[in-house]
Order: sequence, then C-alpha cells, then structure tokens
Amino acid sequence: MSGGADGANGAAGDDGRPTLAVWKFASCDGCQLSLLDCEEELLMLAGAVRIAHFTEMSRASTPGPYDVSLVEGSITTEADAERVREVRAMSRRLVTIGACATAGGIQALRNFAGEGEYAGMVYAHPEYIAALETSTPISAHVEVDFELQGCPIDRHQLLEVLTATLAGRRPVIPGHSVCWQCKGRGTVCVLVAKGTACLGPVTRSGCGALCPAVGRGCFGCFGPAETANTASLAAQLRHQGMAPLELSRFFSTFNAAAPAFRDEAVAEGAPVRVALGATRRNRPWGAQ
Amino acid sequence: MRVGEAAVIDPRGLDELIRLLGDLGYETKGPVVRDGAIMPGAVRGVEDLPAGYQDEQAPGHYRLRRGEGDSLFAWAVGPGSWKAEMFSPTEELWRALVHGDDVSITEPESPVAPLAIIGARPCELAAMAVLDRVLADSAVPDPHYVARREGAFVVAAECGHPAATCFCTSMGTGPGVESGFDLALSELNDAGGHRFVLRVGTERGADVLARLSVAAATVDDLAARNQMVSRAAGAVHRQLANEGLPALLARNQEHPRWDEVAERCLACGNCTLVCPTCFCSDVRDTSDLSGEVRRGRVWASCFDLDHSYLHGGSVRTSVSSRYRQWLTHKLSTWWDQFGTSGCIGCGRCIAWCPVGIDITEEAAAIRETDGAVHAATARGVGPR
Ligand code: SF4
Ligand code: SF4
Ligand code: SF4
Ligand code: SF4
Ligand code: SF4
Repeated sequence: MSGGADGANGAAGDDGRPTLAVWKFASCDGCQLSLLDCEEELLMLAGAVRIAHFTEMSRASTPGPYDVSLVEGSITTEADAERVREVRAMSRRLVTIGACATAGGIQALRNFAGEGEYAGMVYAHPEYIAALETSTPISAHVEVDFELQGCPIDRHQLLEVLTATLAGRRPVIPGHSVCWQCKGRGTVCVLVAKGTACLGPVTRSGCGALCPAVGRGCFGCFGPAETANTASLAAQLRHQGMAPLELSRFFSTFNAAAPAFRDEAVAEGAPVRVALGATRRNRPWGAQ
Repeated sequence: MRVGEAAVIDPRGLDELIRLLGDLGYETKGPVVRDGAIMPGAVRGVEDLPAGYQDEQAPGHYRLRRGEGDSLFAWAVGPGSWKAEMFSPTEELWRALVHGDDVSITEPESPVAPLAIIGARPCELAAMAVLDRVLADSAVPDPHYVARREGAFVVAAECGHPAATCFCTSMGTGPGVESGFDLALSELNDAGGHRFVLRVGTERGADVLARLSVAAATVDDLAARNQMVSRAAGAVHRQLANEGLPALLARNQEHPRWDEVAERCLACGNCTLVCPTCFCSDVRDTSDLSGEVRRGRVWASCFDLDHSYLHGGSVRTSVSSRYRQWLTHKLSTWWDQFGTSGCIGCGRCIAWCPVGIDITEEAAAIRETDGAVHAATARGVGPR
C-alpha cells in the first residue's frame, strides 16, 4: 500500500497550525457542506487549522503534504483510483466521510446491476462514459485512519473527529445502533408500537435517531452498526408482512454495498453480479 | 389519617391531590399518552392521565387503544420508566475551561423542583428499590441520583390490568404494593362508582393527605381493592421459575442456548435501555476547539462492543457472550453484587425487543436442558 503515516512528514503549515485538506470523489458534496454548516465552530476550526485545500470554500489551494485529509466520495473511475492514492501519499491522517466514501454510496447500486445497465438508462451516449463497473469505498483502495458514516454525516460527529484528531485522542463515535439514541431521547419505538419497518437496530447511531423521533422508521442512512444482525431483523420484518423484494430494496439505498446490508439485500433476492467481498457473519434466522 | 390507613377519593379528589402537590412545589409527572404508548410526562391534573386507554403487549409487540371506559390506570407499564427521571440518559458532570496552565472547573446546577410521581406501578417501586441499592446505598453513592430520588414524592397505582408480558407475581413485585410509596392508589370502577382507595405509606404522605378533605375507605372499598389485586394476580400468566436460578445460570455458561439466542439477537440494546434497573453508564470526556473540556455520562449497555473494551480490545465480541452477560447479570450475578435479583418482572425487555426475545423463555430453556454444553467446548476446542 502506498502512503500511510510515513508518506508525509512535517505537514504543519507555515504558521505552525496543522493543515487540513478536503477532497471529493464520486459524491454529492453534502458531506463537505456539513463542514460549512458548522458556522460558529467553523471559525474556531479555521483558527485551529490552516484550511489548505477545500474547493467548496475557496479556490486558493496550497500544495501538500497535509496533516489531515477529509475524503468524500467513492471510487468509480480508474483516474480516481489513482488520485486517491496520491491523496493518501500526501496525508498524515486520512478520514473518510459519508456513505459514498465509507460504503460506495447510492451509486454502488451499479454493483448489483448488469454491465452498463444504469449508464444506458441515464446517458444518451453511454459509450462516452469511462467508468469502472463498481463503486467502491475509499478503504478498498488505500489505508484509512478513520471512517465516519452517514448520508450525510452529522456535523457534530465531524467536529468531534477533527477535534479529537487534533488533540491526539480517540474520537467518541459510538459503534452501536440507532436504538441507543432513540431510547435515550425518549422516543417510542415505531417498530414495536406501530409495526413500522425500522432499520435502527442494525444501523449505526450518530444522527440522534431523527426519523423515529418524527414517527418514521430509520432507513439506514448511517450504514451498518458495528454488530449488525441484518438477517434477524429481516426475518422480523418479513414476519410483519414485508415482501422479499421490498426488503431487498430497504437494504439497498445509500449504503447498499456495505457488507452487512449488501448481504441481506442479496439474501432477499437482489441480483449478484460482482464478486462479494467479506462473508456474512450471521446465518439467516427463521429461513429454513 | 395515619400511616397504614386508607381513604377513598373520586377522580375529582385525585385531581385535587395532583394540583395540591403542584402547589406544594413538586414537579408533578405521571403516565401520559404520547406517540402511541404510555410514557412518563407532565401531569397537571386528572385530565392529563390516560382515561380509557388500554394496551396490548406481547414479545416484540405493543399497541395502545382508546377503549370504552373512563378508567385512568387500565394498562400496564410502557417503555419509559421512572429511572430516566432519576438517572438521566445523559448527564453533564462537569466542564472545564483550559487556557494554558489555567484550568477552571464548573459543575452544573442541581435540578430545581423535587419530583412527584403520580401512578408509579408496583413493579416500578420495586425497580426503584433495586436501583437504590446500586446507586444510593453503595460505597460511592451517585449524587445526581440521590438528589432526585430523595426529594421524590411517590404516589403508586396498583395494577388491575397486567399485560401478557408481565411476570411480577414470579418476582414478588406486584400487582399489589405494600411499601415504597408515600401514597398508593387502587382504582375501582364498578357498581360502587369510579373511585380510588388511597393508602398512606409515610408521614410525608399523611401530611399531604391532611390538607385534603377525604372520607375513610369503607370495609367494602377495602374488600373491592383486595379483590382487584387478586384478580390481577390471577391474570399474570407469564412466569419465571426462580428456584435455584442464580446457580443454574452460573453453571451453564457454556450452554448452547446462548448461541441460539444470539442468532436472533440484534445486539440493539433495547432490552437494557428499557429495563428500569439497568444502571450501566459510560463516562465520556470530550474537548472542543475553544479549549473547553466536558465530562458527561451517558447510558451504556452490555450489548455494545465498547462496554467490554479493555486495553487492546473488547472482551465480549460475540453476541452470545453479550446476551449471556445481560441475562446472567439480571438473574444471577446481581444477587452476588447487590443481594437481590436485577429483574423485577415488568416485561419491558420482552415487549420492546424488536425481535421479541423473552428473558423468561430463555431462562426456562436453560433450565430444561441444564448441563448441556456447547459442542465445541465439549470437544475440548476451548472457550469461544
Ligand atoms: S424506532 Fe427504530 S431506532 Fe428506535 S428503538 Fe425502535 S427499532 Fe430502534
Ligand atoms: S434515523 Fe436512520 S435514516 Fe433517519 S437520519 Fe438517522 S440513520 Fe438516517
Ligand atoms: S429484565 Fe426485563 S422484565 Fe426484568 S426488570 Fe428488566 S426489563 Fe423488566
Ligand atoms: S444487564 Fe448489562 S446493561 Fe444491565 S446493568 Fe447488567 S451489565 Fe449493565
Ligand atoms: S435481546 Fe432483543 S432488545 Fe436485547 S439486544 Fe437482543 S435484540 Fe435487542
């Protein structure tokens, strides 16, 4: 692997402040914008680091190396696969942000489709498109120091990761399910009390359990929790009347290619075209 | 009226009692209908109580419906417990401003008004007693818990309508209640009218009651109350066999059932989060860019990988080891630690488990096959 901690030494900016760079790959920019959304804290951040490269904020860009790189987006072209290796080589710490960068994003639906199927639907001349057959997370290409999940990420979590990184401590980003935050804020469980399908038990917390708080089921935009028993939750949802196709689609959104979600979507009948990476941890429960 | 004696009041009398507690400076809270469930909430008078509501509970299932009658307490406990009022899901412990060598620490103010709980169920009183042993009667009492708990005025409400998930009769915690309250209500809604037997549990309760004009309960009222409680006891069908349970679980650490339940368990933490006695918390230090450092406490759960994180990694990586920690702590090792069971039989963990895992069924399964050993362990492959 190229880059890594040794790839870039002494990145601190001229004035001694550490440098921060923000990079974009295949993505919608929403996660980067969370950084601009920080408003008050952004001024503090701009005081604590030198923002050396962030095209959503400024055209001015200082060459690397950088102390911290935030990487948004997935890898969908050969050129990007090469570019992310360069970013890695220039970065002391590389933090991926969002569903695209950590799981491949919504564009990873192509991983399940026939070759060129989506390109044919979207572009008049798909032959002009030079893209890889798959959309893959950054961690499939280079070593990543920290992955922050969410579609989009939560800005408080982003600030926590940056603050912790600058302070040299471990970021307080729990790996448990959305249910923790849901119960913590006193929301009545929509799955148990209303029979509403909810992916909260297998989805990583971080959003503050937004959707159940307004009476909706979680649809998994933060991607899988650390221990995600998707097979058991799927069995329960099936028991509550969800059809396999519906279930498969439920797991196939912004984090469709995250292994825990992908395996369940496939188990429920989503087509498999590309080779699947990691094997599933849990056997399906209830399926004989 | 003295401790041990009983009055009888009608719904208007209950309304007066709630308003009186408010006038005495208490923050009055009780059961309210919120988002399709009975939840703790602000109660200013009888009109805020869930008149006519009835619940339906089963493993992984809860529905609340508006019925015909006007009874105020014709339901069993919902997902929220009074634990959250005394042991907050998130609590700031202190914050510090750091500027060079200069560190100034501030602690947050304590809550202002003491709490009056209207309509705590018998099992919830038992849960508070269990939590007291953990958080108040320990070598290092939790000051936040103690402050809220000591000031709290408790008006209990005995159960007439247990849910299918309740098993208080096995745990000796309901559906009637004899202690742990300042005042205790028993709702009667029969030919004799809609009324409440109101028993006095403490001097403090007697003082409050002395400010209201109430009639003493008649022999008939008391008989009707006894009947209601024994009818309710007969309606509790779920059971947990307690005999020798702590030792049974202690000797079945390698039972294959742990792996079987782990196939279904989502490790979502809901059981521990709704449990009125689970007390685990995590202390988290965070800093921000302005130089402010905060120490906070949040509810934690043994279903989280981080719960068993020691230097270098987590000890309980498998879900089966985490489920085993939960069940054996509740029903076995809690005895070793605190001299009681950690479970009071409220059934919340059964109803609010998204996949309906039932603690009584799991304990019974192990009892049925006492001594069974995980195949890999039996082959001498070693611990999982
Ligand atoms: S509503 Fe969803 S996220 Fe909330 S506790 Fe229920 S299952 Fe978990
Ligand atoms: S509840 Fe689920 S879908 Fe809604 S914001 Fe949170 S993680 Fe996303
Ligand atoms: S273990 Fe379950 S039944 Fe027992 S007190 Fe806790 S939530 Fe209630
Ligand atoms: S069962 Fe788990 S969460 Fe509950 S008190 Fe015990 S260790 Fe803590
Ligand atoms: S037993 Fe149920 S509620 Fe508890 S962690 Fe497992 S799935 Fe969640």
